[in-house]
Amino acid sequence: MKPVSFKYHDPRHLDEVVDLLSTLENAKLLAGGQTLMPMMNFRYLMPDHLIDLNKVEALDFLQVDGDYMSIGAMTRQRTLEFSSDMARHCPILLQALHFVGHRQTRNRGTMGGSLCHFDPAAELVNMTALLDGKLQIDSKKGAREVSIADFNQGFLTTQIAEGELLSRIRLTLPHALDGFAFVEFARRHGDFAIVACSSLMRLNAKGEIESVKIALSGLGAAPIRPHTIEANLLGHVPSNNIFIEAAHAANQIESVSDAYVSAVYRQHLARIMTYRALSQAAKCAQEKLNVR
Amino acid sequence: MSDKRNITVTVNGNTYEREVDTRTTLVDFLRHDLELTGTHVGCEHGVCGACTVLVDGKSVRSCLMLAVQADEQSILTVEGLALGGQLNILQQCFQDHHSLQCGFCTSGMLMTLTEFLRDHPEPTEQEVQEVLTGNLCRCTGYLPIISATLDAARKMREGSI
Repeated sequence: MKPVSFKYHDPRHLDEVVDLLSTLENAKLLAGGQTLMPMMNFRYLMPDHLIDLNKVEALDFLQVDGDYMSIGAMTRQRTLEFSSDMARHCPILLQALHFVGHRQTRNRGTMGGSLCHFDPAAELVNMTALLDGKLQIDSKKGAREVSIADFNQGFLTTQIAEGELLSRIRLTLPHALDGFAFVEFARRHGDFAIVACSSLMRLNAKGEIESVKIALSGLGAAPIRPHTIEANLLGHVPSNNIFIEAAHAANQIESVSDAYVSAVYRQHLARIMTYRALSQAAKCAQEKLNVR
Repeated sequence: MSDKRNITVTVNGNTYEREVDTRTTLVDFLRHDLELTGTHVGCEHGVCGACTVLVDGKSVRSCLMLAVQADEQSILTVEGLALGGQLNILQQCFQDHHSLQCGFCTSGMLMTLTEFLRDHPEPTEQEVQEVLTGNLCRCTGYLPIISATLDAARKMREGSI
């Protein structure tokens, strides 16, 4: 099908966007269009106004600032994929991007669009959870910052209220010695995963786990950071046994069922993906330790 | 209520100025307004890849972009591949390897691979498989498309057919 008629707006500046958002009724923001356009083609969405963000240059940036990386909401996935800063400072995000849609969708799709749609298994949502993302939300009233843990308000629903837009995502960069891994299980390459798991792990000079982060996606409406599992791994030397134990704990996390995938199967995948992510991250961390 | 804009786009080297409904997708603009029907409309929700064209050198799904967003941009469609009625290397390899049956997906495949081979002149078979995940083909089983792509890459490197 085709979209219904709407009034098209293509502002150049962020303050124009905020003004339009505060005055227009039934307006939608168009980012990369890889989700919104299908929904408009299907007429699931029939906005009266479409505010195209593609010409707002101030929302398209990627900068490294000490331990953080700031990404403009309209930065395309392709830009992230080919960024030398990303390759140097945040290789795990590159690994995850490889699973995001297809080349043609990454050429248009944006970081902010993915987060605002908030598919439970989206790779960039998982990365933002793993890297303790802080999201800046702008409106006529000014800017506020929300942490990724508070951003989700239910299935495909975020904190962004009427008159607001996501403008910037700030990620905590991995440590140079962090081993990393992103793994997922999907029916086809490019599909959203059924379950995905990412991990960052750093070892001390004795080879013990000094720091570890895990993010599991696909079990519920938002990614889970299993802090108990993370804490229980600290101080141990990486081994099959402790990873099997961690994977077993991931197997116990409450999970949703839908028409295609049962909760039990998701939990099964959570176990397998956690084991794989931890094993790969540990191997990577050991290699980094040896190089040093 | 219909909202209209004037746009100027360059398609396959020709510049067109048209008034469009802002709700018109790029693929419908190419097919209906410019009568360039080589680009196909498959699923209209970004899954099948049949409508793939290059916008400023990057492959995009033209069913997920509005014509008004292509204003002042340069577009390459399947009609722009052959030179003087002569199939280009990739197209010729598709014919030689029997890489199409019904042909519906072919224009999208060719556009995806045009960008891919430009950026990856020496692809591995796995890289070709991965890039083709964005284009569905229900006839060939993909194997002849992969072999045509690898053959085309080799011939392009050698600079001859």
